[in-house]
Amino acid sequence: MQTTSQNFKANSIKALADPNLQQALGKMKVGFVEKRAKARDALPEFDALRDQARDIKNHTLANIDYYLETYEAAVQKSGGVVHWARNAAEARQVVLDICAQEKAKSVTKGKSMVSEEIALNEALEAAGYEVVETDLGEYIIQIRGESPSHIIAPAVHVLKEQVADDFRRKHLHLDPKRSLVERKDLISEARGVLRQKYLDSDVGITGANFLIAETGTSVIVTNEGNGDLTQTLPRVHIVIASLEKIVPTLDDASAILRVLARSATGQEFSSYTTFSTGSKRDADPDGPEAYHVILLDNGRTDMLGTEFEDMLRCIRCGACMNHCPVYGSVGGHAYGWVYPGPMGAVLTPSFIGVADGGHLPNASTFCGRCQDVCPMRIPLPKMMRAYRRKEYEAGLAPPAMRFGMDIWGFVAKRPGLYRLATRLAMGVLGWRGRRQGRFKSLPLASGWTDHRDMAAPSGKTFQDLWDQRHGARTTKDLEREAAQ
Amino acid sequence: MVDTQAPEKLADKPPVTVGLFVTCLVDLFRPRIGFAAVELLERAGCRVAVPKAQTCCGQPAYNSGDNAHARAVAATLLDAFDGFDYVVAPSGSCAGMIRDHIPELFADDPVLADRAVALGRKTYELTSFLVDVMGMPTAIARYQGTVTYHDSCSGLRELGVKDQPRRLLKGVDGLTLTELPSAEICCGFGGTFCVKYPEISNKMVSEKTAAIADTGADTLLAGDLGCLLNMAGKMSRESRPIRAFHVAEILAGMGDGPAIGEAGEDLSAFTDGQKG
Ligand code: SF4
Repeated sequence: MQTTSQNFKANSIKALADPNLQQALGKMKVGFVEKRAKARDALPEFDALRDQARDIKNHTLANIDYYLETYEAAVQKSGGVVHWARNAAEARQVVLDICAQEKAKSVTKGKSMVSEEIALNEALEAAGYEVVETDLGEYIIQIRGESPSHIIAPAVHVLKEQVADDFRRKHLHLDPKRSLVERKDLISEARGVLRQKYLDSDVGITGANFLIAETGTSVIVTNEGNGDLTQTLPRVHIVIASLEKIVPTLDDASAILRVLARSATGQEFSSYTTFSTGSKRDADPDGPEAYHVILLDNGRTDMLGTEFEDMLRCIRCGACMNHCPVYGSVGGHAYGWVYPGPMGAVLTPSFIGVADGGHLPNASTFCGRCQDVCPMRIPLPKMMRAYRRKEYEAGLAPPAMRFGMDIWGFVAKRPGLYRLATRLAMGVLGWRGRRQGRFKSLPLASGWTDHRDMAAPSGKTFQDLWDQRHGARTTKDLEREAAQ
Repeated sequence: MVDTQAPEKLADKPPVTVGLFVTCLVDLFRPRIGFAAVELLERAGCRVAVPKAQTCCGQPAYNSGDNAHARAVAATLLDAFDGFDYVVAPSGSCAGMIRDHIPELFADDPVLADRAVALGRKTYELTSFLVDVMGMPTAIARYQGTVTYHDSCSGLRELGVKDQPRRLLKGVDGLTLTELPSAEICCGFGGTFCVKYPEISNKMVSEKTAAIADTGADTLLAGDLGCLLNMAGKMSRESRPIRAFHVAEILAGMGDGPAIGEAGEDLSAFTDGQKG
C-alpha cells in the first residue's frame, strides 16, 4: 500500500475540511465509546481479565518460537500446510503460487488487516484474479477504491448516503429505482450480490484473530458471518496471519476473546467466532480441500526483546482509536498507512521506519486514554514517546524544534539565568498585554493565536513576587546562580 | 528553608514541610495560582517554601524525545527539593512528570536513580495532596457562580485526580457545580502538540468549548494552567462569556480577581502580604 504517513499534517488538514468525513466521525465517536463503557461496567472482573490477557500474551511472546513450532506441527497433523513469510513480498508470492497451482480464477476475502499490510489485493488483481471483499465495510471501500480507515470498521468514514450512491454506480444490473435509504436495504443488496461470488470462488482468504498452538486452529471473529462462507465454500482456504497472533491453548484464546469484543464493539461476544482446523476430513460434510497458513513476520521479530515488544500483544480491537481524540478529529486515512490511531502510531514507525512514520507518534497529546482502554494494557504513549526519542536521536526532528530545545535547555538548567531571562520576557509581554489581558496575535506563536487568544502574563513572575513579599534573596543570589 | 509559619491548622498533625513546585506556566503567566496554592497549603497546616533553584519539570524536552535536555533540567529539581517532606505542584501534568517520568529518565544513572525515585514518591498534585495526604475535608471559600470542571489528562489518568477537587469545591459557598459530560476528553493542549498540530488541536478545543457552553456554566475550572490557557483562549476567541480559573484560585477565595485572559491584575496585592 502506498504510504502517505510523511504527509500526515497535510492529510489531517484535508480531513478536517471534509464535511462528510467529519459527520461520519461525529457519529462514530459516541457509539463505540458508550457501548464499551456499558460492556465494561456489566463485567466486574473486566480489569482482572485484562491482566490475565496481558499475562497470556507476555508468556507467549517470551516463548514464541516454541509455540509457533508447536502450532506448525499441529497444522500439519490436521492436513494443513504452514508457509513462513519473512516479509510482504514473500507472503504475496506464496498466495500467488497457491492460486496458480490451484488454477484459480476468483478469490473471495474475509476482513484481514494483514492482507492490507502486504498489499495483497493489488498483487492478485495485477495477476489477473478477480478479488472480492466479503465483509460489508471492506466491500464498500473496495468498490470506492479506498483503503480501510479503521481496523474493525473499515468504512466508518463513509456515510450511508454515499454507500447508496456507490451501489447504484456499481450494481448496474439492479433496478435503478430501487430504494436504498435504510441500512437494511444496503445490507440486503450487498448480501445478494456477494452470495453468488462465494459460490463462484476458488480460493477463500481470511485473516486470523488467534492461532492456537496446541490444536493448530485459526480463529476469526465477525459480525456478518462472511468469514465462515469465505473459508468453507471455496476449494482452498488460505489464512494469512502475523506471528504474534499465536496463543498456547484454546483456554487462552477464550480468555482473550472475553475482552476482545467488549473492547471493540461493546458486545459480549461477536456474532460469529469461528474455529478452523485443517482441511476437510472424510467425514466432514463440507470444508476446503486444501488449508494453508501463511505466517508473516514483516518486522515483528525485530520488535521482540525491544522497548516495543509490548505492542505485539495487540489484538486489533480498535478501542485505542475509538477513544483517541486525534483519530476522532482526522479519521484513519490521515495516518497514511494501514494501521491508524494510537496503535498505528506505534506500528507504523515500527514497520515502515521512523523517517516515514515519525509524524504519527508525534501527533498525540499523550492524553493517555488509549492506554486506559486497551484490553491488553499496552503502554501506547510510552512507546510513542520512545519513537520521538528515536527520531530526535537520529536527527530527524525538525531543525526549528531542535534549535528551540537547545536554547530552552541551556537556559532552563541554569535557574539564575532562567529567572533573569523570564523576568525580562514576562515584563515585556505583560506590559504589552496589560490593557486587554490577552493577545489576538503574537509573532512566533501563530500556531496558537491563529485559532485562539493568548492570555497575557501578569508581568512579574511568581518567583519575583515571592521574593518581594518575603524579602528573600535578591540580586546577589541571582548573579551567583546566573554565573553557574 | 521555611519562609512562613502556618497561620492555622485544620487538623492536629505535626507540621509537614512542603516545597512548592510552582511550575513554569504558573511562574510566568499567572503567579496568583502559586499564591493560591501557598494559601491552601498553609491552611492545611503545612509549612511552605519555594526553592529558588526550580525552573521547569523538563516535560517539553521529554515529550519531544530530547532526553538529554530533559535530564539536565530535571536534575535541578533533585537538588532544589532535597529535604522537604513533600513536593506539591498546582498541576497534574508536572506532578505526573516528577512522579512517574523523572525516575524513568534517571533509571540507569548510578548516582541519581534513587534520588529521582525518592523525589517522585513525595510529589503530589495540589488537590490530591490536600485531600489524600493532609485530609482536608473541604475548602472554605465563597464564589458566586455555576462552574463546570475539566479533568486534565495527566492528573486524571496518571495520578487519579478526580474526586479531590470536587470534594474541596463542595465547601465553596455560592458555587454550583454542573458536570461536563466530556470532562475526561483531552482539550487539545498537549504541550507542544498545540503548536505542532494547530489544526487538530483547534478541532479538539472547539469541541471542548462547545461542550462547556452546553453545560450552561458561567465559569470553567481545571487544575492545569496549560489546559486552561488553551480553553480560555478559545472561549475568548469565540466570544463566549465564560470565565476560567485554576481550581486553586477558587478554593483559596481568590475568585474575585481577574479571570484568565482578563486585564486588571493588581500585583501589589501579592507583595504586601495581602492575598489577591
Ligand atoms: S493497541 Fe490495544 S486498544 Fe489498540 S487495537 Fe491493540 S489491543 Fe486494541
